[in-house]
Amino acid sequence: MEKTLLKGKLLDGVKKYFKRNAGILIGLLIICIVISIKSPQFLTQKNIMNVLRQISSNMFLACAMTMILIAGGIDLSVGSTIAIIGVIAGTIIGKGVPIWAVILICLLIGAAIGAVNGTIISRTTLPPFIVTFSMMSILRGATYVYTGGTTVRIDNRSWINLGTGYAFGILPLPVIYLAVVFILVWLILNKTVLGRHIYAVGGNEKAARFSGVNVVNVRMFVYIFSGIMGALAGMVLCARSYSGNPLAGDGAEMDAIAACVLGGASMAGGYGYVGGTLIGALIIGLLNNGLNLMKIDSYWQIILKGVVILAAVYVDYLKNLKKGKAE
Amino acid sequence: MAEQYLLEMKNIHKRFPGVYALKGVNLQLKAGEVHALLGENGAGKSTLIKILGGIYTKDEGEIFIEGTKTEIRSVKDARKAGISIIHQELVLVPYLTVMENIFLGREITRSGRLTDAKKMEERTAEILAELGLELNPTDLIADLNIAQQQMVEIAKAISFGARIVVMDEPTSSLSDREVESLFVSIRNLTKKGIGIVYISHRMSELEQIVDRVTVMRDGEYIGTRDTSTTTNDELIAMMVGRSLNNYYIRTFNECSRTVLEVKNLTNQKVHDVSFELKEGEILGFAGLVGAGRSEMVRAVFGIDKIDSGNVLLNGTDVAGKSTAEILKAGIGLVPEDRKAEGIFQDMEIRFNLTLKVLRRFIKGIKVDSHKEREIVDEYIQKLSVKAPDSETAISSLSGGNQQKVIIASWLAADPKVLILDEPTRGVDVGSKSEIYEIMNELVKMGVSIIMVSSELPEILNMSDRIMVMNGGRITKVLNHDEATQEIIMQYAVNM
Repeated sequence: MEKTLLKGKLLDGVKKYFKRNAGILIGLLIICIVISIKSPQFLTQKNIMNVLRQISSNMFLACAMTMILIAGGIDLSVGSTIAIIGVIAGTIIGKGVPIWAVILICLLIGAAIGAVNGTIISRTTLPPFIVTFSMMSILRGATYVYTGGTTVRIDNRSWINLGTGYAFGILPLPVIYLAVVFILVWLILNKTVLGRHIYAVGGNEKAARFSGVNVVNVRMFVYIFSGIMGALAGMVLCARSYSGNPLAGDGAEMDAIAACVLGGASMAGGYGYVGGTLIGALIIGLLNNGLNLMKIDSYWQIILKGVVILAAVYVDYLKNLKKGKAE
Repeated sequence: MAEQYLLEMKNIHKRFPGVYALKGVNLQLKAGEVHALLGENGAGKSTLIKILGGIYTKDEGEIFIEGTKTEIRSVKDARKAGISIIHQELVLVPYLTVMENIFLGREITRSGRLTDAKKMEERTAEILAELGLELNPTDLIADLNIAQQQMVEIAKAISFGARIVVMDEPTSSLSDREVESLFVSIRNLTKKGIGIVYISHRMSELEQIVDRVTVMRDGEYIGTRDTSTTTNDELIAMMVGRSLNNYYIRTFNECSRTVLEVKNLTNQKVHDVSFELKEGEILGFAGLVGAGRSEMVRAVFGIDKIDSGNVLLNGTDVAGKSTAEILKAGIGLVPEDRKAEGIFQDMEIRFNLTLKVLRRFIKGIKVDSHKEREIVDEYIQKLSVKAPDSETAISSLSGGNQQKVIIASWLAADPKVLILDEPTRGVDVGSKSEIYEIMNELVKMGVSIIMVSSELPEILNMSDRIMVMNGGRITKVLNHDEATQEIIMQYAVNM
């Protein structure tokens, strides 16, 4: 009895998920079909794992960005966070600091960056766009100053393994982190008081205050979480590329925002789903991977990415327009 | 036909999927009259107006303008026919001037490209003078108050050559003085032979400004009356289909124990306010808009800063604490501006109703959706919220039902003190009466209520005691048996 009830609920959830994301799921399917026809390597286990590994960094950022967008904010500083974390990690690993301490330091720095963003945004009325844009510039600049523009090499095997290694012989480690982050964010948004407060702050900040929601705390949480995710993405990226590169993560914030928007999140706040963001990140990842496999010039890839995002958002707009008229 | 009407809508029908919105409605507007359209929310007033404005098209019926049958199929048709609708939400561009707004999209130009500011200013000044408005064509919209902005809207309508002006609840957010100046410009319009269709929930305005009234109920035409020969009770009976003898429901009780004591509360807008609220009491706060009443309750509730003073809830000082803490201590506040401060428009009723009591059914990451459902159903039923189900977006409900959902969300939080700021603003007569009934039930159960209201009849009929405020101070305390409109106004206006 209990089991069938649970099954029914699960089925309902899956149905709802397909219904809500029908548009981009179809888009995702089309992309998969086209690429697999053009390139036989695409559907190999190795390539699929590779794609998942590639989207993991974007997914860390996009999961956090989903919460920020729902709460009515934006975080442009995560791309620069990737760079500064990579450089710092590379430097202190070189100095012989133990791996666990490096991880802890990186996560703390990420949290601190998020806390600065969050404090300014929640204590003043400065727009999040401007605050995090400034933070983006400051961090990127600091990375160049610190390194003099050069790359920091990393040759610590166990650190590199954190980004390139496998669990059970087939699952890339970053995919495991991705699963953990995804489940965590899904739980926060769907199963906790905090989650509903995040929707409330983005839906109507004033009404949230009148409802006793601690708006400052909610904002602090989402920005600190975003900083930590920036640090996680930075660590994984520097491990995968054997180096802390001051150029790393350039434009990463835009890919994260694109994944959220593809997944149906509203730039105006109050609306968004991390389940949709996952599909959005997959589409962006597959585009990069597939276009590479199809040997399409990388400059053209950038154009195509823009076209696909615009098309997806336009389809969504049409869908909403229809819904609005029907009511 | 003995008399030619400026506008005549005859036997108008409109069906939406699942809803028969208008069932043969008539409206006859004479030139130079103010004609009120009365009816509870959902009676079909706005559908009728939207047909007149060309936003919807009618299924059946005829529209005559000055005796000529006219088809209105689009907003453009309506404008051509001289119809202009002034909506509740104003659509002016805040950082443009009065004249730029009036001529927006059809600027007077010189040699085809450059705007001719001088000519526009002259023309705007003419229009403003015609309407007797003391506004400057170069004033910035953002610097005007809402009443003045409405007048700019009216001026804009006139500049389009409108002869039929529809005003949708024009006074809902105006102070008494602003209402007065709005009425002056309405009279200027009617003198010029313009006909005005006037929608309002405020019965008291009818005799002041309205010549005739058409009443609608559930999409049906009920009748048209002259205001001079009809009483408000008669009109209310027509609107609700029954007479509301006990429109205000209140059984007064002896109040003794003090629940809330505010001592010398002071901040930027509030000066040295002190009062006591007793258990089971309704304490009414009267005053003009800007008297500091909303600011005072916001300070008590921890939304606005307090410079000095105490707020003692059952002896414990909560002054300066956060709203979350004050809420937990047992104070609730239903804010004045429902749309901006009260509801989460895009969210469903369930979300709106449970936001303050999430911890009753969410423990960590365990959501007890059965319990959630119970809470939602209980309060939807208790306050008889009319909605298809709890997953409906709150924005699709009528104003009265939205207000009931907000009040329900507070009742769920089980407050000892409930502050209601303009509890019946923009609410239809039926829901109003229901809200009064809820208030009466609450005080019987021992909840204490602070009610801020700009409607004097509401203050007089519902309050145990009345505090009159002016300039951020309490200027008079009255018992319910000694208060009259005149005394209250005297202390609301003079220092």
